[in-house]
Amino acid sequence: MKAPNWKEIPPGGVIAKGGTAFQYATGDWRNSRPIHDLELCINCLRCWVYCPDASIKVKDGKVVGIDYDHCKGCGICSKECPTNPKAIKMFNETDFGESHPSEF
Amino acid sequence: MKLQELTEKPDLFTGGHRACAGCGFPILIRLVMSVVDTPVVVGAATGCLSVTTALYPYSSWRVPFIHNAFENAAATISGVEAAYCTFKRRGRLNTEIRFIAFGGDGGTYDIGLQSLSGTMERGHRILYICYDNGAYANTGIQRSSATPRGANTTTTPVGKKSYGKIRPRKNLTYIMADHGIPYVAQAAISHWRDLMTKTKKALETEGPSFINVMAPCRLSWGNNPQETVDLVEEAVNSCCWPLFEVENGKWRLNFKPKTKTPYHHWLRRQTRFRHLFHPTENEELIQDLQAEVDRNWEELLSRCQ
Repeated sequence: MKAPNWKEIPPGGVIAKGGTAFQYATGDWRNSRPIHDLELCINCLRCWVYCPDASIKVKDGKVVGIDYDHCKGCGICSKECPTNPKAIKMFNETDFGESHPSEF
Repeated sequence: MKLQELTEKPDLFTGGHRACAGCGFPILIRLVMSVVDTPVVVGAATGCLSVTTALYPYSSWRVPFIHNAFENAAATISGVEAAYCTFKRRGRLNTEIRFIAFGGDGGTYDIGLQSLSGTMERGHRILYICYDNGAYANTGIQRSSATPRGANTTTTPVGKKSYGKIRPRKNLTYIMADHGIPYVAQAAISHWRDLMTKTKKALETEGPSFINVMAPCRLSWGNNPQETVDLVEEAVNSCCWPLFEVENGKWRLNFKPKTKTPYHHWLRRQTRFRHLFHPTENEELIQDLQAEVDRNWEELLSRCQ
């Protein structure tokens, strides 16, 4: 986002539009990456419930993937996953090289 | 209430906020916002919530959001509600709008208590939700009146003569119940269905309502980020954070653990209580803390009969 000049800033620092934080990628904070396995997943949606960053992508009631732009890698999804073996596993971010999260 | 249906609703609280990985309150907000059916106006006290979710020019909220000072989240939202009622009475507004205020334990238990108490007494139709992490976590973990006894904070430091906070925590949910308002509840992020039901009930209540929710701060509690939800579940199972509601003066216990786990299991998992176990175990104090938890639990059970 381009920084506005002083004439463009609304009085009182009001943020005129909602949900603008979505443009801010917090995915580069992550040091461990969740990988979702479609075959093991039972779509209980516990990960969706407990994700603090709204990063579990759900379509038609099924988990379809993870939003790596915003996922901070806390690992709650993996910890709360009830299947055995777990449908979401955490991997070290360095295993994937140094590419930026938005490139996936 | 089916999760599948909830996932199809638009996210009113987006990702991209700057809360720490594994923070507890974004989970709470997502759960609350996912059951909201009418337009809402959200107010917030100063704290991690306002600092991380509404950082100019980024806002995580897809609903109107007002941040005011530390002490007056409840007063602000009650003013908005009063204006709404006037507009409605004069026929300038026909939409049903609900009002929710969020505050941390610092802004609710301590600094914002008078404005919260006033709002509840005046009977505005608002829902106040306190996310209780037991410290002023945003400013560097000072003690608050929600800090449990024995916790190490920067203003109750552990040393040769001190074991952390000496005073037990204040029970705000009881204080709010004593205001005689129609709906008061205590919930936890680990029990999502319970929390969603309570939120729904509170929003349907005609009059003020209050929900106190345990939501950990992993910096001050010192847990691993992935354990945030699990740790709250442990707290509920140890009965130090019971889930109950008070509906029109009637007390009801919502969850009774099958086996009550020892309180020290919960304490052991957090670095703020590390001094109770290392280098030597402070058995006397641990027993004392357990007795306190048991006493409060028994007292709650007697209220819920």
